[in-house]
Amino acid sequence: MSQIELTNVSVLFKAKNRTISAVNDVSLAIEAGEIYGIVGLSGAGKSTLVRTINGLQKPSTGLVKINGIDITSLTKQKLKQVRQKIGFIFQNFNLISNRTVGQNIAFALTAGGYPEKEQPAKINELLSLVGLADRVDNYPNQLSGGQKQRVGIARALANEPEILLCDEATSALDVATAEEIVNLLKDINKRLKITIVFITHQMEVAKKLFNRMAVMDNGVVVETGKTYEIFANPQSPMAKKLVNHVLAVAIPSEIKQQLALQATQGQILTLKYHGEDSLHPLITAIARETNVDISILQGHIEFIEARAIGILSIYITGETLAIKKAIAAFNSQVTTSAEVGE
Amino acid sequence: MTETLHILQENLGQALWETFEMVLVSSIIGIIFGTLIGLALYYYSNQLFTPRPVLNSIVGFIINATRSLPFLILMVVLIPFAKLIAGDPYTPMGGAVSLSVAAVPFFARIAQSAFAEVNQGVIEAGQATGAGFWLIFQDVLFPEALPALIRGIILTIISLIGYSAMVGTIGAGGVGNLAIQYGYNRYETGVLISVIVILVVIVQIIQWIGDRLANHYTRS
Repeated sequence: MSQIELTNVSVLFKAKNRTISAVNDVSLAIEAGEIYGIVGLSGAGKSTLVRTINGLQKPSTGLVKINGIDITSLTKQKLKQVRQKIGFIFQNFNLISNRTVGQNIAFALTAGGYPEKEQPAKINELLSLVGLADRVDNYPNQLSGGQKQRVGIARALANEPEILLCDEATSALDVATAEEIVNLLKDINKRLKITIVFITHQMEVAKKLFNRMAVMDNGVVVETGKTYEIFANPQSPMAKKLVNHVLAVAIPSEIKQQLALQATQGQILTLKYHGEDSLHPLITAIARETNVDISILQGHIEFIEARAIGILSIYITGETLAIKKAIAAFNSQVTTSAEVGE
Repeated sequence: MTETLHILQENLGQALWETFEMVLVSSIIGIIFGTLIGLALYYYSNQLFTPRPVLNSIVGFIINATRSLPFLILMVVLIPFAKLIAGDPYTPMGGAVSLSVAAVPFFARIAQSAFAEVNQGVIEAGQATGAGFWLIFQDVLFPEALPALIRGIILTIISLIGYSAMVGTIGAGGVGNLAIQYGYNRYETGVLISVIVILVVIVQIIQWIGDRLANHYTRS
C-alpha cells in the first residue's frame, strides 16, 4: 500500500455554460518518504490535483487514499484531523500579515490542538529548524521572500505531518533563494522522513529535488517515472518539451543562421548520452568510417540524482550520402540522438 | 451676539449629549448586527466555505431595499416602529431606532467587503492546517480585516452623525435640531455657524482617531 494513492481522480469545474475538466482521470501512487514531483505548464491542473490530496478540493470522481483511508468520503470533522497531518506550503506564502511569525505558527498549533502553554517552546523549535529562531516577533512584511517561505514551512510542519504538499513553493523566489528552499526541503525530507509532494513548472527545481515525478498536460498525467529516467529519456511530447527546455538542447538561432550561410551544407545533430557512455571515441570513429567532418557546437553535462546526462550538439558536413550514413551510425549507437529541426 | 451665546449656553450641552446618545446606540447596534450579517454574507458566498447563493441573494435584496430608501423617508416610515421599540419616537432613543435600521445594512456591506478583501490564499492556508471556521475567523479573517473594519466604523459613525441631524428635525433632539430650530427658523446665524464648526471639528477628530487606529493594526 502506498502512502498516497489517487485512483481515477477527475475534477470538473462548471463554468457558465460549459464544464472545464481541470484534472482528468489521474491515478498516482506516492510512497512514504519520497519526494514526488508533479510538473507541467501553468493551467495543467497541478494545483487542483495537489489540493485533492488534503481535501481542499473535492474530486468530482475518483478516490484519494491517504494511508489506505479514502478521504473523499470523510466528514468535515475527520477531514480536519487528516489535514493536521498534511502540511501545505504555497507559492505566495499565505502568512497572516497582521500577525507575527510566532503567532502565525501558534495558529497552526492551536488548530492541531497543541497545548497553549507548550506552544512557545515548540515555535522556537520549528523556527530553529528553518533557521529563523530570532524572527519570532517579526511581522511577515519585515521578512524577505525566502524567509517568508521558511515561516510557511515551519507552520506546515507544526503538527508533525507525515506529508508535506508544496504548491509552486519556489516559483515566487529568485534563483538563489529557490535553491536554499530546495536544499531545506531535502534536508527536512531526510531528517523527518516526511513525504513531499511538490508541484512546479520549474524544471530546474525538478531536477534538483525530485526522486520520482509525473508530467501533467491539460489535466492528464502523460508520463510518470524516476526523475533521471524522465530527463534522460522523455517519452511524451510534453515531457520532451519541458526537459529539452531545461537541458538547453536548442541551438541558438544565430548559430543556425551562420551555418546556413556557409558554402558546404551540413546537418545539426544533438546527441544525448548517459553518464556511462563515453562519447569521444564514437565521434572520431564515426567521422573516420563515414568520411564526414564533425564540429562540436555545444555540450554540457547535467547531474540528476548523482547520475550524469550529457548533451552534445554537433555539425556534420560532407557528402549528402556520407552524412546520412553518419546519422544512422549515431542513431544506432547513442542512447538518444535527436535531429534539431532546421 | 449675546442672544447667540445665551442660546448655545442653554441648549448646546443637551444637544451634544442627545446626538452622542443617538449615534452611540445606533453605531453599536449597526456594528454588531452589521458585522454578523456581513460575515454571513461573506461565508455563504465564499467558495472556500459553504456557498448558499439563494439565501445570499435574499439577504442581499433586503439590504439593498433598505439602503435604496432615502434616509428621510426611512425615518418617517419607521415612526410607528420607533414608537413600538422606544415608546416615544420623538426622543433621542426613538431617533436611534431609525438610525440603527439604517446603520445595520450600511455596515453589513462594509463588513462583507472588508472580509472579502482578505487574501483567499491566507484563508486556504488556515483551512489546510485543519482549523475550523471560528478559529480561522478569530486568528485570520478578523485580524486581516480589522483595518478595513475600523475605517468602515469611522465611515458609519460620521454618516450617522449626519443622519442624526435629520432625526433631530422631527423632534428627536441633537445638534441638528439646534441648528434648524434656532439657526434656521429663528435666523440665529451665529448658532448655525457654531453648530457647523462643532460638527466639522468632531468629524475631523473622529477621522483622525480612526486613521491612527487603522494604521496601528496594519502590518502589511
